[in-house]
Amino acid sequence: MKNNKVSYYLQKFSILIVLIVMFIACSLLSPYFLKANNLMNIARQLCVGILIAYGEMILIVSGFLDLSVGSVLALAGVMAVSAYKSTGSMPVAILAALAVGVLCNLFNAFFVGNFNVPAFIATLGMQQVARGIALYYTGGANILQLGKFVNIGQGMLGVLPIPVIIVIIITVIVWYLFNQTRYGRSLYAIGGNRKAAEASGINSLKSIYISYAINGLLAGMAGVIFMARNNAGLPNGAVGYEMTGLTAVIVGGTSFTGGVGTVMGTIAGAFIIGFLENIMNLIGVNSYIQSVIEGMIIVLAVAFDIRSKNKKSSKVIMVSDDGEEKKTP
Amino acid sequence: MEEIKLRVSGIEKSFPGVKALNNINFAVRKGTVHALCGENGAGKSTLMKVLTGLYKADKGQIFIDEKPVEIKNPIQAREYGISMIAQELNYVSELSVEENLFMGRLPVNRFGGVDWKKVRREAKKFLEEEKLSYDPAQKLKTLTVSDIQMLEIIKAVTNNAQVVLMDEPTSSISQAEVKRLFEKIAELKAKGVSIIYISHKMDEVFQIADDITVIRDGEVVSTDRVEDLDIQTVIARMVGRPLENVYPKEFLPLGDVVFEVENFNAKNLFGDISFHAKKGEIVGFAGLVGAGRTELMRAVFGLDPKDSGTVRINGKETVIRSPEEAIRKGLIMLSEDRKEYGLVPVRSVMENASLASLKRYFYGGTNHRKKEHSEVSDIFRKMDVKTPTLDTQISSLSGGNAQKVLLARWMLCEPDIMILDEPTRGIDVGAKFEIYKLMTDIVREGKTIIMVSSELPELIGMCDRIYVMCQGKITGCLNRDEFSQEAIMMRATGLLGTKREGKRDEK
Repeated sequence: MKNNKVSYYLQKFSILIVLIVMFIACSLLSPYFLKANNLMNIARQLCVGILIAYGEMILIVSGFLDLSVGSVLALAGVMAVSAYKSTGSMPVAILAALAVGVLCNLFNAFFVGNFNVPAFIATLGMQQVARGIALYYTGGANILQLGKFVNIGQGMLGVLPIPVIIVIIITVIVWYLFNQTRYGRSLYAIGGNRKAAEASGINSLKSIYISYAINGLLAGMAGVIFMARNNAGLPNGAVGYEMTGLTAVIVGGTSFTGGVGTVMGTIAGAFIIGFLENIMNLIGVNSYIQSVIEGMIIVLAVAFDIRSKNKKSSKVIMVSDDGEEKKTP
Repeated sequence: MEEIKLRVSGIEKSFPGVKALNNINFAVRKGTVHALCGENGAGKSTLMKVLTGLYKADKGQIFIDEKPVEIKNPIQAREYGISMIAQELNYVSELSVEENLFMGRLPVNRFGGVDWKKVRREAKKFLEEEKLSYDPAQKLKTLTVSDIQMLEIIKAVTNNAQVVLMDEPTSSISQAEVKRLFEKIAELKAKGVSIIYISHKMDEVFQIADDITVIRDGEVVSTDRVEDLDIQTVIARMVGRPLENVYPKEFLPLGDVVFEVENFNAKNLFGDISFHAKKGEIVGFAGLVGAGRTELMRAVFGLDPKDSGTVRINGKETVIRSPEEAIRKGLIMLSEDRKEYGLVPVRSVMENASLASLKRYFYGGTNHRKKEHSEVSDIFRKMDVKTPTLDTQISSLSGGNAQKVLLARWMLCEPDIMILDEPTRGIDVGAKFEIYKLMTDIVREGKTIIMVSSELPELIGMCDRIYVMCQGKITGCLNRDEFSQEAIMMRATGLLGTKREGKRDEK
């Protein structure tokens, strides 16, 4: 039993250990890494990725995912920029982005939930659709001269960048959802065994809609910050960002098979990826090679997750044909 | 006709914790139908899997034409002339009749491609010989179950099968189709093919079989010529174990009727089902696999749709469209499939226990974790659930303890009516007894239990009344003084009873 406990805590905090080791390694590799300027830069850069990661985490924990988030983010961002340019109102711009994000994701939820289209396929379709609309709407051209819109991505409030403050607030909300609400608990159950959750009176269809809607809100907000940081409405922006989000979530210990994952883990995962990208830039790793390394990391993280799960379950229960369950010696 | 085609000698097969087959001996004569009879879980299916090479026997020898053979896999079984017509037919519905007929042995032309002309020619020939009127190019999914079954048999015979295993071949076909099947079997017999026939339907067995071997708890009870047997004898041997008094049954005064199900129908699953249960009563549901008991209960609980039917709780008509609604109205169901519809394996025992009553612990905008923790510990203590901590993953618990956690999940909902579908399946004897004790405690609190079980002794031991189902209909309702394994089996096999009998003792 004691052994169990040690490995339990090791597993629970292993991600934080990795993060700390990474941090120390980075500070040794480059003297510039620990500079306040650089750390602030990492935080800024991570904002969009973390928002995407939260959305992916909500979906992956409950057994789904979203491949459309990069495109939806671009579409929402472009719409926000365009709304801002015609009204001059920041609240209207943000509302427009959120509405577009939610709308796209209601379609995702509709096909995934009501028609049981695999999330992979449904959101892959939405990836094309949203990108197409963004490009069509702008005629493929970037929208420039955003004026005060850029504040939400580049401005400071006291000592902290505004996007960082936004992300901190959203982090608290997401943590609250996962840990203090029935909805959060249901996500774990649906991801762990959807049929059992339904047979226990949990409305999984409702959860699917809520999850995609939240994912849409996050994508919308990320879109606003992304465009503001770039000082342009980029219909071609954020390509492949779903991968960045997924990598952070998986590295952060969320199980791709559903039912397992924590907000802390996802934050840690995002920082690990952020540190890695930053240090590779600082020590001058070729950007193509960076891509190779990141691709390898996601596969290894999943392989590791599956390996540790197999070890656990194969030890415990064997089921014979007659439905007998016995602990193997 | 005394030539022995297939002989099974001393076959043993164990799974972790269970001995599924123990010293099985029997011989199948050439050109005869040899029926295997036994209760659910007696070991018939395991034996079939050994014969077709899906399982490897731990001990024992199989002889074909009195020569010892070793069957390592299904392909080898086929080479030895053993073919299986499975209960659930294995075919590829998107492929054509001819492709299915020749699957795994498509003729090859000299370029190494498939010789489709030959396939078509031979398929046509076979179909004509068998007087089957469909087109060889027709997709299999356009045929009926009976047609496909016939095709499977033809396929087996064209594979030069000497021994054909049929597992419940009549479970999903109509009376007329059964007749067609029996004609086919007679034809095969005449050709010298031996048939091993598994069925729960005694009248069919006696109509078609030459020999009957009865299996109980993984052992052969007897093998006899059919002339020397009658149905009662076979049923008595099938159920024959002595009834031990291991049931902590208490006889409580029963209250009013609190739960009524009326005229439940779902196409192809069950029909015309009405039953009721009283406060403090344990009502049993007996029947063989496929009788429709689980399907009925799932529909009552709102997990599956139904075509028609009403539920009354405390005399009030109650609409139940989903488990959520059922739980809110005081009705719960413990599923027979613990793995698929019960456990959330990656989560903790506490989260598994509180899953159906999250409203109790999440209100006012927060998770009242202390309350959750203490209520779950209380009920675990009461039910004697053995777990290292409440945060332990439920997948590391034994079957019996996991089952108790699931029962605790439903107790936390404070239901009035509990449907328990196979509550003791797959758990050891000690844990079974504890579940029985818990059931007694539950009804003592004035709740009502509806218990579905395939184990007759536990139904007889625990219930106040038993409904028997056969092929989607209630074929009987027995009161305690009428309980006997024979009486139940007669109704479960459809020999006795009509669907109306179920209402006999009402009001």
